[in-house]
Amino acid sequence: MTKLISLSEAISKHVQDRDTVYAAGFTHLIPFAAGHEIIRQRKRDLVLARATPDLIYDQMVAAGCARKVIWSYMGNPGVGSLRLVRGAVERGELEWEEYSHFGMITRLQAGASGLPFLPMNQVGVQDLEKANPLIKRIPDPYGGKEVVVVPALNPDVAIVHVQRADANGNAHLWGIIGEQKEAAFAAKKVILTAEEIVDESVIRSDPNRTMIPGLIVHAVCHVPYACHPSYAQGYYDRDNEFYMQWDRVSSSEEEVRAWLDEWVYGVKNREEYWEKLGAEVHERLRVKPRMSETINYGEY
Amino acid sequence: MTDLTYSSAELMIINAARLLRDGDAVFVGVGQPNLACNLAKRTHAPNLVMIYEAGVIGAEPARLPLSIGDPTLVSGALSVVSMYDIFANYLQRGNVDVGFMGGAQIDKYGNINATVIGDYAQPKVRLPGSGGSQEIAAWANRCYIMTPHQKRRFPEKVDFMTSAGYLGGRKEREATGVRGGGMLAVVTDIGLLEPDETGEMVLTALHPGCTVEEAKINTGWDLKVTTELRTTDPVTEKELRILREELDPDGLYLK
Repeated sequence: MTKLISLSEAISKHVQDRDTVYAAGFTHLIPFAAGHEIIRQRKRDLVLARATPDLIYDQMVAAGCARKVIWSYMGNPGVGSLRLVRGAVERGELEWEEYSHFGMITRLQAGASGLPFLPMNQVGVQDLEKANPLIKRIPDPYGGKEVVVVPALNPDVAIVHVQRADANGNAHLWGIIGEQKEAAFAAKKVILTAEEIVDESVIRSDPNRTMIPGLIVHAVCHVPYACHPSYAQGYYDRDNEFYMQWDRVSSSEEEVRAWLDEWVYGVKNREEYWEKLGAEVHERLRVKPRMSETINYGEY
Repeated sequence: MTDLTYSSAELMIINAARLLRDGDAVFVGVGQPNLACNLAKRTHAPNLVMIYEAGVIGAEPARLPLSIGDPTLVSGALSVVSMYDIFANYLQRGNVDVGFMGGAQIDKYGNINATVIGDYAQPKVRLPGSGGSQEIAAWANRCYIMTPHQKRRFPEKVDFMTSAGYLGGRKEREATGVRGGGMLAVVTDIGLLEPDETGEMVLTALHPGCTVEEAKINTGWDLKVTTELRTTDPVTEKELRILREELDPDGLYLK
């Protein structure tokens, strides 16, 4: 059964005000197109969870979508400060909840496997445990040292971008695979966006590469170039210049408003956004192919 | 003797590279740690295995990576795994030899603050937070950090302990039972600090031309000096050439 719908329909149908949203992707395959659509549809009071809020949550926080952000590294990767989230936190305007990367991902892993919590080894320091009461210690029932536990995270919606998927949402992704699989299995609903929609036979030709099965996916949206300024391995490069430019834009409230007006509210969808970026940017982000060796599954 | 000129960053990167051993599996960050690892790989440690917290093992970046998730880390790597796997199977399980740390402050016992200046609930300056560093500091066999030698970066006690050095002293760290060996060297632009038997970071080496006085003035605690103070080997032309011509031709991280 096809789950193919437009991104605006998927966001309107599956993202509600006050939802906890996990837009997945550790620096790679970040679903910016969906973030922008959430801004355009003026969703409010969301709890935005991501290991690295990155520019996508900086923009959503600036647009007034968020009540709270959950993170494990709140910076502009490779550049420095994530100015808008940071400013809102320093001014006391935004709630936050904080983990280490491992703590954050362990929350998702627990959520994805249907467990109430999962343990981790101690790390010596305790300041973060004191700052965040959801991080606790319990005895090792087998007699070892106490372990640190974090509760399952089960977002209302996970948004995951992939290189290719079929119309049912069976999805291939490769390159840095971050926490996409864990976020998808942990969430109550999954919105999948894809660079390419392919026939089911393409998925079946390489089943080991299917990280997300259609059976947990609620909506499939065909959105090429959905990740800019992040990237899709093998499809287009990371726009490092944009990440640096954002550092400047985000230092002025006026410029942020102008940017959102021009690049989010001022365009209909991702296709228009990508066209608007222009040929020079397209050329700069183009990548030369580097194919893997094919493997033999055998005819049985 | 050749009369080479170099920046503080180049001096630190080169001295950090020399701490790495051939065959080490190193948890690498972008920027200067990445340059130090790639320099080591091209000089004395060709079998260095570079691991990036984005889940990449055995990366051989063809260009200078500008973020921890740069696609150049993936193409040609030995393996790419999920974030859960990199922290659980690699770091927690004990398969990482060296961790390169970053952070705004480092204290007398090598503890690091990358979280907040001032009060946690009402932060004066909110920093990015742990990322992977809490676990790297605890579980990598050896940890190193590169940082300019400035008083504000070297307080006696950090505002927030993001990741463990020797806590309040070596015995305290040992009592927690964490598997890693802790902060084994702080590489600055003046010299090297290394832990003594109590876990206190003491001055053990000076770079050529630097003085004990300089180191003391720029440290926020009463810095002790080891009785066997060394001078680090001079920076070589070869090291500078690899850094400037091969690894970072635009000089992004060398200034």
